[in-house]
Amino acid sequence: MLVALRHAKWCLTLPGNRLPYCILRAADPAGEGRELSWITGVGLTPFGRLEGRTTLDLMSDAASAALADAGLRRDEVDGLITGYSTTLPHLMLSTVFAEHFGLTPHYAHGVQLGGATGFATVMLAHELVAAGRLRHVLVVAGENRMTGQSRDAAIQTLAQVGHPRYEVPLGPTIPAYYGLVASRYMHETGTTAEDLAELAVLMRSHAALHPGAQFREPISVADVLGSKPIAAPLRILDCCPVSDGGAAVVVSRDRTGEAGVRIIGCGQAHTHQHVSAAASLASFGTATAAARAGLGTRVALADLRYAAIYDSFTITLAILLEELSLAPRGGAGALARDGHFGRDGAMPLNTHGGLLSYGQCGVGGAMAHLVETQLQMTGRAGPRQVRDASLALLHGDGGVLSSHVTLLLEQAR
Amino acid sequence: MKDWTTGAATMLFQHCRACDAVWYFARDFCPHCGGPAPEQRTGSGRGRVYAVTTVTRAPSPALRALAPYRIALVDMEEGFRAMTHAAEDVAIDDLVQTRFVPFGDLVIPWCKRWERGA
Repeated sequence: MLVALRHAKWCLTLPGNRLPYCILRAADPAGEGRELSWITGVGLTPFGRLEGRTTLDLMSDAASAALADAGLRRDEVDGLITGYSTTLPHLMLSTVFAEHFGLTPHYAHGVQLGGATGFATVMLAHELVAAGRLRHVLVVAGENRMTGQSRDAAIQTLAQVGHPRYEVPLGPTIPAYYGLVASRYMHETGTTAEDLAELAVLMRSHAALHPGAQFREPISVADVLGSKPIAAPLRILDCCPVSDGGAAVVVSRDRTGEAGVRIIGCGQAHTHQHVSAAASLASFGTATAAARAGLGTRVALADLRYAAIYDSFTITLAILLEELSLAPRGGAGALARDGHFGRDGAMPLNTHGGLLSYGQCGVGGAMAHLVETQLQMTGRAGPRQVRDASLALLHGDGGVLSSHVTLLLEQAR
Repeated sequence: MKDWTTGAATMLFQHCRACDAVWYFARDFCPHCGGPAPEQRTGSGRGRVYAVTTVTRAPSPALRALAPYRIALVDMEEGFRAMTHAAEDVAIDDLVQTRFVPFGDLVIPWCKRWERGA
């Protein structure tokens, strides 16, 4: 019966039709279909200047919090997935952390996919759990990106995602790659600097209610437009900061407590690495990854209630929102201005303040979006709590909008 | 053959004899069809500006002395896209001509407008 229903799910899949999604839920009330996994615990440190804390310290802080939240002992963790750290470059970060933290996992893996790593690690954990290979996967990231190196060192390390022969000699930075993207995207869509600034203002207003956020002082559109130019049209308040911080989640085969948040779809798309090699700077792999996760088929856009979208720059957030059809082309800023993405809006977005204001410590940056989503879906977001976060879309990108990962999360009854 | 990345004042691109694809980043095969031994061709340096930015915050102390500088992506008339530096007044859709200019210890492509874009 279960098999038949699961086949029926695919047979009946039609764009915009909610029926297949209902059947998936009906066929799989306890997750025995193994297409699902549960996010049973989350942990997040404050982001910002955390003087004296190393990569391993910050990973440990977040991992301890996530295990405590899931109610799991170290010996119950059979899988470990980490990202990378620019301040602790190592061939084997996952097992360096395992030894330090006191884990002897059956499976360990360090993933490197730039800004997309946070969600890619969670997708990998989900796939391993859904395949029945592992029971509890600890996914953990942390880095003292702000205090563990000089600002120039951080900027130069990051700029190396450019092509070493054809791009890096010209002196670009990550903001320069995104400045190129912004120039083209604004040219084609009519997006203005004011529109982009609205997104920075929104993230800051959300961060004001999170005690762990790096930047909580309110800002205005005029503040963003008057801030220091970095790589035109991007100014410093269009750019996420460099932060120290850590984040972790536990992805499990079964619930370990009351938290009922499950991953119901994951997808990736990789279209290029370098900005010079992108086929277009006005259309990316975003929607392809989302479709591969089941958006538009198993999950209808209209059913989404919460969005956690990567916001390395204001332009990144605008493009991803628009590529995901969460805003019309060129319209993300206007929707933000109208309150659409606010806590009380139709599509609450990054209620912790995102990379732009909660902070950006590398791989943990995107994972903070996921931690906040899980808190919202379990009713634990305190003063930031939204009314309904029952179905959430998460999307991250790495490189120069090169690598895309989408996650779809559902609140179980 | 040398190009600007190895000290010559020229820009090379590659062409596949099998499938006629052209591209910029050098390889010893065609990334489209996998065909072997692509042909090296010399670019005219003429193209249309696809995107442009001004770098104010340079990545290193050495480059900070040269900032601000402008970086563009140029769609070259031969069908490949290249990153170059750009003159101050260059805008998207402008038709440009590339020259080779000193930048720190290097000689790099730099483009200048010869016709305002539509």
